[in-house]
Amino acid sequence: MTELLLARAQMAMFFAFHIVFAVAGMGMPVLMVIAEGAHLRTGKPVFLELARRWARGTAVLFAVGAVSGTVLSFELGLLWPRFMAFSGGIIGLPFALEGFAFFAEAIFLGIYLYGWGRVPPLAHLLSGVAVALGGVLSGVLVVAANAWMNSPTGFLLLDGKPTAVDPIAAMLNPAWPTEAIHMTLAAFAAAGFAVAGIHAYKLLRDRENLFHRHALAIAIAVGGAASVLQPVSGDFNARFAARNQPAKLAAMEGQWRTERGAPLRIGGLPDAARETTRFAIEIPRGLSLLAFHDPDAEVKGLQAFPRDERPPPAPVHLAFQFMVACGTTLAAVSLVGAWLARKDREGLYRPRFLRAVVACSPLGILAVEAGWAVTELGRQPWVIRGVMRTSDAATPVSGLALPFAFFSALYLALGVAAAWLLRREVAQSPSFPRGDGILRNEGGQE
Amino acid sequence: MPPLPDLVAGSILVSLIIYALLGGADFGSGVWDLLSRGPRAALQRLLIAHAIGPVWESNHIWLIIAVVVLFSGFPQAFAVLSTALFVPVTLMLAGIVMRGAAFAFHSYRLHDEGGRSRWGTIFAAASLLTPVLLGTIAGAISSGKIRAQEAIAVGASLTWLAPFPLSVGLLTLAVFSHLAAVYLIFETTDPDLREDFRLRALWASVAVAALLILTPILAHAGASDFYGALLGSGWSVGLVFLTASAALGAQVALLLRAFPLARICAAAQAASILAGWGLAQYPFLVRPDLTVVSTASPPATLRLILYSLAAGAVLLFPALFILLRVFKREALFGHPRDPNTV
Ligand code: HDD
Ligand code: HEM
Ligand code: HEM
Repeated sequence: MTELLLARAQMAMFFAFHIVFAVAGMGMPVLMVIAEGAHLRTGKPVFLELARRWARGTAVLFAVGAVSGTVLSFELGLLWPRFMAFSGGIIGLPFALEGFAFFAEAIFLGIYLYGWGRVPPLAHLLSGVAVALGGVLSGVLVVAANAWMNSPTGFLLLDGKPTAVDPIAAMLNPAWPTEAIHMTLAAFAAAGFAVAGIHAYKLLRDRENLFHRHALAIAIAVGGAASVLQPVSGDFNARFAARNQPAKLAAMEGQWRTERGAPLRIGGLPDAARETTRFAIEIPRGLSLLAFHDPDAEVKGLQAFPRDERPPPAPVHLAFQFMVACGTTLAAVSLVGAWLARKDREGLYRPRFLRAVVACSPLGILAVEAGWAVTELGRQPWVIRGVMRTSDAATPVSGLALPFAFFSALYLALGVAAAWLLRREVAQSPSFPRGDGILRNEGGQE
Repeated sequence: MPPLPDLVAGSILVSLIIYALLGGADFGSGVWDLLSRGPRAALQRLLIAHAIGPVWESNHIWLIIAVVVLFSGFPQAFAVLSTALFVPVTLMLAGIVMRGAAFAFHSYRLHDEGGRSRWGTIFAAASLLTPVLLGTIAGAISSGKIRAQEAIAVGASLTWLAPFPLSVGLLTLAVFSHLAAVYLIFETTDPDLREDFRLRALWASVAVAALLILTPILAHAGASDFYGALLGSGWSVGLVFLTASAALGAQVALLLRAFPLARICAAAQAASILAGWGLAQYPFLVRPDLTVVSTASPPATLRLILYSLAAGAVLLFPALFILLRVFKREALFGHPRDPNTV
């Protein structure tokens, strides 16, 4: 592998790892706060137990998120010093603001996790709300930096150097709203379905346990609502890409020729040698309709771009298809859930639905990973679209294989350890038999 | 009012000082976990875990603030530093990851393990290494050996593997350990535990004092410009006086068991060492090629950074106060603590 490829692969590894914990950091606080709010409203101990257990898991996830995020802030410079030298002064503002969102999150998480019984219940709930807001704000702000890489604004280029820098215009770049909304919904969908899947799995064995029943209901409500909205939001992203990043859209869709009334391809494999996409099911005019809301609109194909300005279509197309497949499945299961629960919640606990939720459990986070692959690979060969090539951004340091191997092993160990700790937590779940809502089994208590 | 670049550079220094006083002490506590000995070793480790559990994440963010302000305020300097110091920065990151994650895993299972676990060992070992690397990086930045053009063209350098940067690394370790030992005295009312940490604080203060003499001597050869600025400026006498009296004050106070005074002196000592480093660096960010002014972002950016720092401070200091008030009430606000708990 070349050093450039190693740098890119390393960056991808750091992000792919961090984003899992970032999603938890955005989604879990919302679930905890809902559970604790239900406890304050109803006084039922089962909700308190739920909030406490979710919080215990979140503590571990959050710590891994914090350290892997710290690594990322430094790696931006370690791997892409020329990118940072160029863009630090332009896009530093959201990063600086993000620092404070992290701060709010970390402070209130400290109070939330260690403050049970030490602060009044309402204050405790409010610190949970602050954690949730801080998490969403962190995500939204860091996405501003990524959106700027897709649609750079807020500066003029003079002899390869930025001038007339306007950090506010850079932060408010046109790609930000769609990306930020899509990412936030993705975090709720992914976290909601991951949690719902765990509790559905437990319910399949212990169907009357109120603990898991309430947990499932809360998680599926959050995850389901986000999942239903996600395709709508994704449509905005795709239409924005069509106007603003036509090369990315062409790669996502495996569209080689520029044509009017372009078809929508389902499946298929872009073939760079022959410049066609084979094996796809084509829906006539579908792409023009979706991307421009006009069945006869012209869609630019990859051939409209010089070869050295084309993103790699095969991985981008496949990742995009996979994300949309996950999104469609999640939205469908969520709608079925809403239908089943239309009279009362009992419908949610049918074994068939529970099994579907278990099967969907990893789809959200997989879609997040796929979506980032679309965004990042689809932007290639640019690190800042149209302004700086990835190859010009990379570090001159050689021997990157060593840190790559080391951090991959370290992260693998961390991931396994975190999963193992959480597995234990799930294994010793408490039992709240239906009917009285009183804790029977002290087994897993602190 | 000082010029914008100076204000922004100053805010990086302030974040670093707060990071040393809070996050640094968390690292130091890890060192004492590693060195816990004797009949009360398990109790010491438990005390340490309880002391840093609720606060380490928010303490840690001061470092992130410093980095973020560095790369948005002085992007060129960030690029040069991360290229030239690729190796120690990468190692430091490994230390940060292992310290943080291992501590979280360790404290997650504290109630069923109690004593030393594998995670506890990793946490403690990483706490020992990370401060050394942090200090070494600071030393390398001021050594005058990092050349901007060379870094961008060639990549990683080995300038940090020299006596002066490494001595700054050891000094950092000693200062963090000293702070931690002094702070930990306040975390318990058990007289034996307090005595344990008093003794450790005294040992650490001796190490700090020795390194405070050694480091400038090594700077004379290994970082001569920095040495000249550190000891030949108008403020040098005042700084040396302040550092020395804080160091002495901490030792005397520890001997006399005047713990609140010891804490003030220990913190003042750490802050004045860092302030001295910052002042001697000025007007350079990376000696001798990059100055604060030459690498600064455009004024619009700098102004926005300062506004967001100010707004963040207004919003977050009350929250930070609440956090400390809830968890460090006994340690900071002097309410008596139930003697039956650690
Ligand atoms: C739960 C996760 C999830 C789900 C179900 C979906 N997405 Fe997505 N998608 C993401 C998670 C995600 C993401 C990981 O969050 C990305 C990466 C960058 C971003 O802003 O969001 C993303 C990016 C992304 C982009 C690229 C934006 C750009 O680079 O400019 C497009 C066009 C879509 N999505 C479209 C869709 C469509 C049409 C979906 C229909 C079902 C869909 N997404 C479901
Ligand atoms: C908001 C935040 C993000 C920023 C600022 C950012 C920045 C970067 C930069 C500078 C690179 C190197 C240049 C390049 O190859 O394009 C990169 C690469 C990459 N990032 Fe992102 N990224 C962000 C989010 C993410 C996330 C969350 C993922 C998740 C999985 C991700 C996945 C990747 C991948 C796969 C690459 C390698 C691209 C390649 O191999 O061509 N990115 N990113
Ligand atoms: C789209 C991509 C990203 C999203 C949605 C995201 C979101 C988050 C969230 C929600 C957290 C706090 C929760 C947790 O710790 O688990 C977090 C932590 C962190 N992230 Fe990311 N992040 C992304 C990419 C990045 C990038 C590109 C950087 C660095 C430049 C970064 C730096 C950090 C840091 C330093 C932390 C630690 C904060 C702490 O100590 O609490 N993240 N991220």
